Amino acid sequence: MQMEQERKIDSPIITLEHVEKEFVKVKEGGTFKVVEDLNVQVRENEFLVLFGPGQCGKTTILNMIAGFEEPDAGSICMYGKEIQGPDPSRGMVFQNLAIFPWLTVMGNVEYGPRMKGIDKKTRREKAQHYIDLVGLQGFENHYPIQISGGMKQRVGIARAYCNEPDVILMDEPFGALDAQTRYLMQDEIVRIWQAEKRTVIFVTNNIEEAVYVADRIVVIRNCPTSVKAEYEIGLPRPRSYIDPEFLKLRREINEVVDHTL
Amino acid sequence: MLDRRAKGWQKTAAAVISFAIFVSVWQLVTLNPTIHQVMPGPFAVLQKFFLSFAEPIGKNTMLMHMLITLSRWAVGFLAATVLGIALGLAMGWYPKFEYFMRPLFELVRPIPTLAWIPLVILWCGIGEFAKYTLVFIGAFMSIVQNAYHGAKSVDRSIVHAARMLGCNDRQMFFTIVIPASVPAISAGLQIGVASAWSSVVAAELVRSSSGVGWIVVTGQQNNNMTQILVGILVIAVIGLLLALLIRKVEDVLCRWNKRGR
Repeated sequence: MQMEQERKIDSPIITLEHVEKEFVKVKEGGTFKVVEDLNVQVRENEFLVLFGPGQCGKTTILNMIAGFEEPDAGSICMYGKEIQGPDPSRGMVFQNLAIFPWLTVMGNVEYGPRMKGIDKKTRREKAQHYIDLVGLQGFENHYPIQISGGMKQRVGIARAYCNEPDVILMDEPFGALDAQTRYLMQDEIVRIWQAEKRTVIFVTNNIEEAVYVADRIVVIRNCPTSVKAEYEIGLPRPRSYIDPEFLKLRREINEVVDHTL
Repeated sequence: MLDRRAKGWQKTAAAVISFAIFVSVWQLVTLNPTIHQVMPGPFAVLQKFFLSFAEPIGKNTMLMHMLITLSRWAVGFLAATVLGIALGLAMGWYPKFEYFMRPLFELVRPIPTLAWIPLVILWCGIGEFAKYTLVFIGAFMSIVQNAYHGAKSVDRSIVHAARMLGCNDRQMFFTIVIPASVPAISAGLQIGVASAWSSVVAAELVRSSSGVGWIVVTGQQNNNMTQILVGILVIAVIGLLLALLIRKVEDVLCRWNKRGR
């Protein structure tokens, strides 16, 4: 199943070429490489999973694609244009939620369109569509503090989709959820992705989750981060966690990945 | 539910008992004739307090004195609130402005309001404007300081979320920085209310011809112990009511920040 690098890539939307990133060591001084010679091409409308062990710099990669951080070397391009700073064409679902606590569920979801100056009626309708899509109908006027962790993450997903980006970046979005909610949300995210075809780049350190949701998995090496292997996941959807093919893929990928504490 | 009600009842009972003990001890101590010469009993003070609404102290009845002091407080406090929040947020959010303003602010901040009194009287005379200025100084510092910390500690991922949803610099300040700072701002207002109230009383103690502080200081000049205690009682009660009022305002503004609503 392991694919070679020369595999054909149809219409890449985002291209990372020879990307490098260093961080300054705060205590000891000096720097350490987080990302080294990273090459990834992201195809239009695919569900791409960046999979790797614990602290291997996956979030840094997403932050660079989002435009929150700049690579020290190499280039990250979207539609052939270098990415410079955050842009509404790239939405993000954050690991630590980052939903606005002073706004209601509706207020959060309609925030993007509101900043664009879209009139209230239009943006409310649009936000309602995404609130329904993520299954939060009835909670429009709740504040984030009044809803559960899984529901908060749905707000984050609806908020990102409502702004209609071309690419949605998800940074371990279900990392903080309990196991049951996590399974539920994995189904949900696939359903939402199928309903609203957009390119998704999904970061996780959970192999089961990766195989369950991905069209393609890019396995990432531990620090400094680069691509270790790549898998095309051809399993039909909806997938089953106990399907023999699923388990075989899971074992295969698990053997490739770097194990760290 | 029953448990909580029982707890509430216990709290009230404890407070009543505490007050009863305080008043009884006060009453018992003043039964001693020597002490009675310099310290009237609690009922004499209460009687004088109620009487003062009908019989004027100086030129005004008690209600007028209260309103005069409260209006001085209100003008100074409102000015301090508006300017203090603006300066604090700007200083906390715009680094260049922070580098420019903060050293100056940090130099002025520790000066106690009392130390400004001679200067303010020389500059502004002994009229109303001098009182407004002193109240302003009293409240301003803590309001600025807290608004500054509020803007300074806006969650980075919330800022990132707003950026990726497409908000511009102006929208960032008005739709993110201000609401995110509201809890810190109301903490500043709580402190500001108390220090503004102290300042207005201090200003009246030094130079005035009306107000609750004036009641206390003329009581001292006339060796009228009861009048002094009436003045102190009024200062305490109004101070308490103002604090409660601001807490109510905070409850409304920070609804999203409170659990169980």
